[in-house]
Amino acid sequence: MMQARDVTPHEILLPVRPAFIVFTLGTALMINLLPWSGWLLAIKPDFVALTVLYWCIQQPHKAGFGTAWLTGLLMDIADGSLMGQHALAYSVLAYAGIVLNRRVLRFTMKDQILHVIPLLLMNNLIVLAIRKFAGADFPGWTYFAGSLVAGALWPTLSYVLKLPQKPKTDPDHA
Amino acid sequence: MEYSPPPFFNRGPAPVVRLLLCVILSSSLLISDAKYQYLDNLRKVVAAIIYPLQRLASTPFAVLDRIGEFFVTQSAQRDENTRLRSLSLQNAAMLQKFNALQAENAHLRELLSIRQRYTESAIAAEILYTGRDPFTRKVIINKGEQHGVKAGQPVIDQIGIVGQVTRVYPWLAEVTLITDQGQAVPVLNVRNGLRAVLGGTGTDGQLELKFIPLNADFQNNDQLVTSGIDGVYPPGLPVAAVSAVERNAAYLFARITCKPLAGVANHGQLLVLSLENTAPPRPVEEEKPAPGRKRKGGK
Repeated sequence: MMQARDVTPHEILLPVRPAFIVFTLGTALMINLLPWSGWLLAIKPDFVALTVLYWCIQQPHKAGFGTAWLTGLLMDIADGSLMGQHALAYSVLAYAGIVLNRRVLRFTMKDQILHVIPLLLMNNLIVLAIRKFAGADFPGWTYFAGSLVAGALWPTLSYVLKLPQKPKTDPDHA
Repeated sequence: MEYSPPPFFNRGPAPVVRLLLCVILSSSLLISDAKYQYLDNLRKVVAAIIYPLQRLASTPFAVLDRIGEFFVTQSAQRDENTRLRSLSLQNAAMLQKFNALQAENAHLRELLSIRQRYTESAIAAEILYTGRDPFTRKVIINKGEQHGVKAGQPVIDQIGIVGQVTRVYPWLAEVTLITDQGQAVPVLNVRNGLRAVLGGTGTDGQLELKFIPLNADFQNNDQLVTSGIDGVYPPGLPVAAVSAVERNAAYLFARITCKPLAGVANHGQLLVLSLENTAPPRPVEEEKPAPGRKRKGGK
């Protein structure tokens, strides 16, 4: 017997402006660059990864591999880490987002989070593998904590980033 | 008859192909950065583009600090004043002694005709933020190429060695702390003059003496200062204190853990030392064939 599950109906949204995508990515980069320290740094979510994933799921035709790769490169240089590690990880993230976008958006917020967290953990794992390969030590389990926090931020992020696309007047009562 | 899809269905190469392209591009970047350091110039250019963002991100916190300074209570101010006054009195006494000693030292060096090994000048810098890369121990300071900071210069705070400048951007520099995994400092045990190499472990507040034989004389609370042999760190600066010695006959070397003295994990103000190494270059060993032995082929 089939049971109807909760699905989010497809919202009618205005088209997103590319400038807005660039703006949000820049803002995410800046939030990442804030002088985080102590335990806040330990659980700091990677806002750039989260934003890249959001746009790849929401607008796969406007933000894709190019965006993810370039943002990753900027992140590498801002972090002073190995050149290309974030670029590689974000590209894979973009791929996952593009492939899964039709599926993820159909779920309720709670189920979307369950999709987002594994993807971000995979992002962490890729960076970890690259650094292991380059000779670094395992930085401890708190390394993955940021992705769980990022998952918790997903509903807020989706709500805020969707605001400029909401139609000014309700189409049903126009 | 052949059909081709109408142009509005044309979305370019499939996602897998694009992913593959990105992976190849990133891997080639990774390899050329990790193995050959080809990309330092590109890094500098992009860093200059990001710099305003970084400044913007740290500005609110700097402003908050400034505002906080206004609300210091009078009693706290007075306490600090008395403390500083007594400290300066102690320092003055030591400084007088130091001046006399420095003069004496210069005189003795002249007598021995040893050249002064280093001429020192220092650049005061402030930490902008700690590195966010969890795999390394680094901090970013607010002075860079434009202020005369060069890669390789040692960085100290008011207590001792903090680290070394490893990458220089136009207005920023990256300091690798001595606790970083790849970082090594040549040190000297103050108690008995034993030389050793102190390496970082990658965890905050922990250092390790490398390749120390089991019978070497290192004890708890031994003070380690820089030996100055490498020509990178000036001699005599405090680095660390031995915190645990573990001798296990099953291993070749003793396991000696140390604690850094300088506030390696927490500090705001730093000094970047620029040393002009005037030591004569290392003599080149002449290669002479060993008598009575054939040279091995292939070398």
